Amino acid sequence: MKIGLFIPCYVDALYPEVGVSTFKLLRSLGLTVEYPESQTCCGQPMGNAGFERLAEPLAEKFDTIFAGYDYVVAPSVSCAAYVRNFHPDILGRKGHQCQAAGKTMDLVEFLHDVVRVESLPSRFPHRVSVHNSCHGVRELGLSSPSERNVPRFSKIIDLLRLVDGIEVVEPERPDECCGFGGMFSVEETAVSARMGLDKVKRHMATGAEYVTGPDSACLMHLQGVASKHQLPIKFIHLAQILASGL
Amino acid sequence: MSTIHAKRAEEYLHDEAVALRHDATFFGVRQKRDRMAQALPEWEQLRDAASQIKKHTVTHLADYLEQFAANAEGHGVHVHWAQDADEYNAIVYDILSSHNVKKVVKSKSMLTEECHLNEHLEAKGIDVVETDLGERILQLMKLAPSHIVMPALHVHREEIGDCFREKGLMENLKSQDNPTQVPSDPNDPTFLTFVARLHLREQFAQADAGMTGANFGVAETGDVVVCTNEGNADMSTSIPRLHIVSMGIEKLIPDLRSLAVFQRLLARCGTGQETTVYTSHFRGPRPGGEMHIVLVDNGRSSILADPEHWQTLKCMRCGACMNTCPVYRRSAGYSYTYFIPGPIGINLGMLRDAKRYADNVSACSLCMSCDNVCPVQVDLSTQIYRWRQRLDGLGRANAMKKLMSRGMTILFNHPALYTTTLRFSPAANWLPSALMNSALNPWARGHLMMKFPKKSFHQLWKELEKESRNQ
Repeated sequence: MKIGLFIPCYVDALYPEVGVSTFKLLRSLGLTVEYPESQTCCGQPMGNAGFERLAEPLAEKFDTIFAGYDYVVAPSVSCAAYVRNFHPDILGRKGHQCQAAGKTMDLVEFLHDVVRVESLPSRFPHRVSVHNSCHGVRELGLSSPSERNVPRFSKIIDLLRLVDGIEVVEPERPDECCGFGGMFSVEETAVSARMGLDKVKRHMATGAEYVTGPDSACLMHLQGVASKHQLPIKFIHLAQILASGL
Repeated sequence: MSTIHAKRAEEYLHDEAVALRHDATFFGVRQKRDRMAQALPEWEQLRDAASQIKKHTVTHLADYLEQFAANAEGHGVHVHWAQDADEYNAIVYDILSSHNVKKVVKSKSMLTEECHLNEHLEAKGIDVVETDLGERILQLMKLAPSHIVMPALHVHREEIGDCFREKGLMENLKSQDNPTQVPSDPNDPTFLTFVARLHLREQFAQADAGMTGANFGVAETGDVVVCTNEGNADMSTSIPRLHIVSMGIEKLIPDLRSLAVFQRLLARCGTGQETTVYTSHFRGPRPGGEMHIVLVDNGRSSILADPEHWQTLKCMRCGACMNTCPVYRRSAGYSYTYFIPGPIGINLGMLRDAKRYADNVSACSLCMSCDNVCPVQVDLSTQIYRWRQRLDGLGRANAMKKLMSRGMTILFNHPALYTTTLRFSPAANWLPSALMNSALNPWARGHLMMKFPKKSFHQLWKELEKESRNQ
């Protein structure tokens, strides 16, 4: 099984340690992992902002870059969801059948559903509050959406339970949006910041030392809000916890 | 550069206590709805069925409309067809004026808001009285609804008490056989409701005509089904002899069996009740009375012809998408420029007049919670995403977002440029904090700027690869 590592642009630039943890984690599971260096961005920021046509060449390039891999794995739910749910339409309009969509996965679902990890050598002796990113919950199905009458599950919590010494909690309103939403946060600054502050406070109310989640974009937003208000809580990507000790 | 919604929301959020209370109130309604949804094992099947029935009905609308009209006429109802708001307003006025109506009592109808019926009738000298308590409060206060199901939930009881006193509603207390004393708290909710009740009883008794909306029109029987919690639709139609129903053509459903599906969903989704207190079927005029149904298109058939947005016609106006929307809860109804706020309002506004109502399209973080509460599975967030793609063509795109998107595209389409930029991005950390966190940087309004790491993943990868090879 050959895996193409997809490290989204903002992770590349701002959170390279998340990429490193993802790589180490996948390699420790005996998988062949490559990082195609010509990759940049999946086009989601432009699409969500209303400029999907600007995402066309990026979607095309993405399909070519990852053509030779069995799976494309990314430590970022909204980027994985964009490739899976939007690239087929974007490329379809140009008469091109998207190949990447069917094999692109977020790290959590890949570990949970494909590799089916049952143990990890990691240790993280802290109380951690889970941040359920909207696109993870409602596009990729990482956990049961609170709106729906479906059996309760969380692939994120399943994976975190494999970590030694960890205490996992969830905030009130466990899957309410944190208010990032890409360029939503620069266009609707007041609402976005209010949503972020409410979310940080709910995470803090759990008594957690860390907030963790499968998407660094939400965490970046929450971190920015928390530091603006000098709120003492730390943020860490799920991959870093799962890879702790590697 | 911000949209009207963004600006108004910012102003609204200045009063933190009000904003938090608004958010908590409507999230509470969402939670009541969740408890209802969790209590029915067949909940998701009901949503599937409701969506299928609505899709079927709106794609066979002409047939069902004819069946409905024929059945209603068979029961002695006068059926009218209005192509747009002007035609609708004229039809209603003609009916009222030909009956010499001076005062009309109305139960809640979003369609009359959509067509500005009240203003039209009032301009022609007819006294229009809203009888839904929330709507009546707003009418007395000269305010617009800020939510489609709970239109006055944002108004506090102190303001309501002041309004009632100012408008002379307390006078009714004196004329009673057993005069009621004003309680120690003059804004006691039970007391204010009692005052409103006396006031509305008087209106019902004086009215020459009653108007209702329609939650459903049943094609099989010609029934008009109206759901209320206050019984005001029943009062409006039981005292005056003339009853006029205003109904959008998308309110149609095939038969009573389908009604059972919607009846189980509507109140559970809208207010978290098993059912509304009153569910009334109107099949024909009462003895000695007259009943009219005005079927209104007003753009609905154009929506049906729109391949990307026709599914908004499935909407039954329960308001669940507003209650769950994190942006609606934090910005409230008046931040939106269309009279229906929240996710469905963003879409309906764009369908009404895309250029005029484009300011609401920013009010969405694409969290998709609305898609998952919607009892008829309207793909609300996908539709908002689609509208965003059309803003540039309408000349309503946000210039900064456009600039950022174009800049990113240049960068992302040129891997060499991208990696070079990454290599130099840590330099941004050396910019003075005052500049990075200034008001010119919209991100800095709510956040402290992030720091770039010394090396990007692209740079670290070279080391990781070398390390792997050596192992």
